[in-house]
Amino acid sequence: MMSYATKLYALPSLSPRFLPVWRRNLLVWRKLAIASVLGNIADPLLYMLALGYGIGSLIGNVAGMSYIEFIGTGMVCQSAMFTASFEGMYSAFSRMHVQRTWDGIINAPISLDDVVMAEWLWAATKSVMSTTAILLVIMVLGYGHTWLALWVLPVGLLVGLVFGGAGLVMNALAQNYDFFTYFFTLVLTPMLLLSGVYFPVEQMPPALAAVTQFLPLKHAIDLARPLMLGHVPEQAALHVAVLLFYAALAYYAALVLTRRRLLK
Amino acid sequence: MLDDPSPQPSPRERGEGAVASTLDVVLQVDGLRKRYGDNEVVRGLSFTINRGDCFGLLGPNGAGKTTTLRCCLGLIDPDGGSITMVGQPVPKHGREARIRVGVVPQMDNLDPDFTVRENLLIYGGYFGLPRDVLEARIPDLLEFAGLSTKREVGIRTLSGGMKRRLTLARALVNDPELLILDEPTTGLDPQARHLIWDGLRQLLSQGKTILLTTHFMDEAERLATRLAVIDHGVMIASDTPRTLLAKHVEPEVVEVYGDEAKAWADVHGRRLSKRLEISGETAFAYASDPQPMLADLATRSGVRYLHRPANLEDLFIKLTGRELRD
Repeated sequence: MMSYATKLYALPSLSPRFLPVWRRNLLVWRKLAIASVLGNIADPLLYMLALGYGIGSLIGNVAGMSYIEFIGTGMVCQSAMFTASFEGMYSAFSRMHVQRTWDGIINAPISLDDVVMAEWLWAATKSVMSTTAILLVIMVLGYGHTWLALWVLPVGLLVGLVFGGAGLVMNALAQNYDFFTYFFTLVLTPMLLLSGVYFPVEQMPPALAAVTQFLPLKHAIDLARPLMLGHVPEQAALHVAVLLFYAALAYYAALVLTRRRLLK
Repeated sequence: MLDDPSPQPSPRERGEGAVASTLDVVLQVDGLRKRYGDNEVVRGLSFTINRGDCFGLLGPNGAGKTTTLRCCLGLIDPDGGSITMVGQPVPKHGREARIRVGVVPQMDNLDPDFTVRENLLIYGGYFGLPRDVLEARIPDLLEFAGLSTKREVGIRTLSGGMKRRLTLARALVNDPELLILDEPTTGLDPQARHLIWDGLRQLLSQGKTILLTTHFMDEAERLATRLAVIDHGVMIASDTPRTLLAKHVEPEVVEVYGDEAKAWADVHGRRLSKRLEISGETAFAYASDPQPMLADLATRSGVRYLHRPANLEDLFIKLTGRELRD
């Protein structure tokens, strides 16, 4: 018999049985799709237009591009980050704790590992959806320069995996919805301000700029911004590796903490 | 696979004169142990459920019922003992076992984002059942649950009883060999409880096997063919309801209450009954022949009384005590 600790920290046991759980979330989303897509587009679009045209008219070009292009890419990554975080925290918490949907699912031949995998991939799926929506708007406005811009979609996926996993970590620790405020205040807001969403990190003091190298969103932006302008990003492999590292770390932590919470 | 040398035939099978084979053991639990920190919740529990049985697991709150069920489903690992459910060792092959088991949990967890029909469809999907199989099964399941007219209705508008019936139908979506129900009628009104019981009796008559936890003795009395009373994680008694009653409780009870009940009990009750218990304002006087006691009571003023046959509640209280459990 495996000891409790061995079982708790065991590598994920993966099976295709996570698919019906992922599909369940998709079917619920489909019922509310219009409101959801509107929410995904409207907020970042308003920021992009207001800041892009408003501040953009004051400061001209930033880092070799118009400010609206600069902020547009930032908004794509920001929205991917928020969408996955929100899904991993509030929506997952509703399903796990409030509605007890997970309890019902693990009575069927589906393991908790399958459920966590399904929720993680679903959070990332929603990131891809919101990335797609905003990308579409940017293209329609004429700011997507080449087909290279479509590579922003997989960047959205990676951002979704990082922050969906982080959201699920918070979910596994939460006693109520209020707990998630810590994540917004202590993680997401600093991440936004330090990753070059609104202004280039090169503007910051060198010590602070060095710190930004550890932030996953910074690496997503370093990938997305050249892609939007039609260039292949420098050090693309490094950025992808950093994002994958954070994604795997967050997922594994979420898995262990969720097992600890529910399998007792 | 299952080689218990001498499985007990269920009363139903005994009644029909059938002989149970080793394949008729649906759930076998041997020496089950589970501890949380210093608190050992299940302490060496063993029982066997045969095909066609309705096995009632009775016990006060905190007796270890739900923990035992979670171990059987492979959701938590026991600290000792072995479990074989529908021929699969659990927890090792918990997933394979759960494919052929239906569960009605203590608390409703229907999917509030879906309609009645969608709930069955989505849940069937978790078992990997193809859509056309499910679409073919759903009308019968809705009929069984008395929800045929509610198929496209959202869950939020259903009454408590309807939700429970849908949960029961959902547990049948994979046509399980074993149905596990954890306090299936807690929180329901009497009409709704009777509907659930009717449904369960119907399933038993179709030959389904049921494992039921409850602390409602009338529920156990109506449904269970075998009972196990557990407390503090150990088995106190296990047999058919009738044998348990015959073995542990006097056949008749007189409940005496009213202003003079206590005084009567102290002076005459103890003398006229085999066993007497006082709980609050009521004296429970147990006897094999209550006639002398009834004759005495008829002459008294200031007491009222009720004469009835002993039931499982008397058994349960005798075995687990009268103190309140939280």
